[in-house]
Amino acid sequence: MSRTEPDLLYSEEEEALRAAVRDLLTDHCDPAGVIARAESDTPHDRALWKSLAEAMGLAGLLVPEELGGQGASHREVAVVLEELGRSVAPVPYLASAVVATEALLECGDRELLGRLASGRTVGVLAVGLHLAPGDALPAVRLEDGRLHGEVTGVADAAAADVLLVPAQDGGLYAVEADAVTVTPQTSLDLTRPLATVTLTGAEGRRLGDTEPAVRRALRSAAGLLTSEQLGLADWALTETVRYLKERKQFNRPVGGFQALKHRLAQLWLEVVSLRAAARAAADALTTGEDTDLTVAVAQSYAGPVAVHAAEEALQLHGGIGMTWEHPVHLCLKRAKADSIAHGTSGAHRAAVAGLVDLQAP
Amino acid sequence: MSVDAAELRRRTAELLATHPPASTDRLEFLRARFDAGLAWVHYPEGLGGLGAPRSLQAVVDAELEAAGAPDNDPRRIGIGLGMAAPTILKYGTDEQKQRFLRPLWTGEEVWCQLFSEPGAGSDLAALGTRAVREEGSGDWVVDGQKVWTSSAHLARWAILIARTDPDLPKHAGITYFLCDMTDPGVEVRPLRQITGEAEFNEVFLTGVRIPDDRRLGEVGDGWRVAQTTLNNERVAIGGMRLPREGGMIAPVARTWRERPELRTHDLHQRLLKLWVEAEVSRLTAERLRQQLVAGQPGPEGAGMKLAFARLNQEISGLEVELRGPEGLLYDDWTMRRPELVDFTGRDAGYRYLRSKGNSIEGGTSEVLLNIVAERVLGLPAEPRTDKDVAWKDLAR
Repeated sequence: MSRTEPDLLYSEEEEALRAAVRDLLTDHCDPAGVIARAESDTPHDRALWKSLAEAMGLAGLLVPEELGGQGASHREVAVVLEELGRSVAPVPYLASAVVATEALLECGDRELLGRLASGRTVGVLAVGLHLAPGDALPAVRLEDGRLHGEVTGVADAAAADVLLVPAQDGGLYAVEADAVTVTPQTSLDLTRPLATVTLTGAEGRRLGDTEPAVRRALRSAAGLLTSEQLGLADWALTETVRYLKERKQFNRPVGGFQALKHRLAQLWLEVVSLRAAARAAADALTTGEDTDLTVAVAQSYAGPVAVHAAEEALQLHGGIGMTWEHPVHLCLKRAKADSIAHGTSGAHRAAVAGLVDLQAP
Repeated sequence: MSVDAAELRRRTAELLATHPPASTDRLEFLRARFDAGLAWVHYPEGLGGLGAPRSLQAVVDAELEAAGAPDNDPRRIGIGLGMAAPTILKYGTDEQKQRFLRPLWTGEEVWCQLFSEPGAGSDLAALGTRAVREEGSGDWVVDGQKVWTSSAHLARWAILIARTDPDLPKHAGITYFLCDMTDPGVEVRPLRQITGEAEFNEVFLTGVRIPDDRRLGEVGDGWRVAQTTLNNERVAIGGMRLPREGGMIAPVARTWRERPELRTHDLHQRLLKLWVEAEVSRLTAERLRQQLVAGQPGPEGAGMKLAFARLNQEISGLEVELRGPEGLLYDDWTMRRPELVDFTGRDAGYRYLRSKGNSIEGGTSEVLLNIVAERVLGLPAEPRTDKDVAWKDLAR
């Protein structure tokens, strides 16, 4: 084993960060509030974003201190995403603090990086949420220095102050949100709503080349999404175990039936395995060692586990799990959407095949 | 002051200087290594260790390997190292520790485990092998039958649990012994298994006499003592440290690369899924190891064996299928008594059949799921109808 193994634990600082984020979410992101907001005109929780991004400074974790950020790493971002996943928090953290920020870091745009790091500006990369790191990139037309076209399935576009738009000249352009039309799409995951972004002669500022910026952004997104999926799965398991200890049928706690115990134990094993995979991905993104494979492994594993956890949570909650009132559907919808976001499990497995030379027939 | 890596390097260098591996007899070297406290550095001084952090063993092992020093062939003495030793260390008298640990570690004395019985598998505490104390001599006389005993035909000693009081409920009437396998009352018969070979044995115990000073722990405390053994067994089975693409996935990945004519789209999807799961399982084991090193042992250990068993079975099953017409063949059904068992050895058919045992040996997967559900998740325990019943009155 010449490779050094990734650091798969949480440091004390990371645990302290987790505790702080969880405290905030416990106080300001309760399931009833998230459910009520989901169908309102403001699906994103701007007050919560302000607390997380501005007050706690979490939007700038990936940005170096000299550019106005915290100079932290993907490992800390992963911990934040675990907690946001647990709460299915309706904030554009992954979109702005990870995807857009990574693209800007690649382009080296100090001005926008500073704005995003402060949390006062939300940036969104205008590509479909389903896009995998290796997929062909969409691009809008560039005519006489103006951008024309339409991109659909853009997550959190409705919350964006600035959009990063790939254009046909191979450049990535910054476009202020008031220069485009954002049309919400009815989304499976109400807490990370998609929208169509329409550009009709919008003015843009060229930031740099699209290809490396978007590749970097999507690889980080795919790797760190596993931590959000871990948070979802961990919540689903914890909440289901808690409920089944409490819920009594046939004069016994339902959690005492062996058929259910075995399903939960199996799920626990999947969740602890996902934790190792997610930590490996966060660490690999931080160190830059073995990153492509570690991210592909983690993301191909994470999707089915988070979905399985949410589906088990729903089934084992019985009828209450089918109600709009109970938060398990928030978890299920996010988990299912995440299984497509930034590349399906199958897309990442195909990447693994190439990386470890297990070629298709 | 606790011993650090630099000190261990110094002591290892000293051992190598006083006992140059090239010119020192293997056994002599191993004994000297034990006496220098470099056998298992986390053991106490005088018992092969230096009371150092367990994680520093790697420092010693690396130095010795680089110097071409002989090792104690740990695969051959796994039961002694992994199960008997930690139990003796925890519950043994000073005399027992002094007598047994050194030849156990050097491999001069091989150990086996006399736990399972034909009537006591998952319900191990129901075991019926009797140990009766003889008046006068104070010796214990043991009668019964044990099964699934690997290395019994090679072993000098056995860890044994037997019933000393049938009038108590089953967990309370058990005592733990160290049994001399050369006693005339011990008969070892090979037990042939589905692979064709006999890596296990049945052991018949007839009037086997065990002096009281070979009892480990208190009379009636054998169940508690056995937990140390069993917990270590599960760690040993599920917790092996592997490189990426190590273990069962290695041969099938190799076959895939070398035999493109065997590839199909269906097999490709399944192989990739298993490759990823094997890698994640490896990372999970690595995380568990890092937690142990950091002094924060997690409950993941109970789950590692579950994953290990399922993956071995699915991967080896896939490999038989991948081989197509060759998958219809088997390398050799000859009855043998192998000294070493390699789950990933021989051909795909053997690996497929042998891995079926991985979800049975060392705690069935079903029992392990119960353990995870109850001890890790805190779900209600199975209803117990046997807890307050004298062992002799249990249904059988």
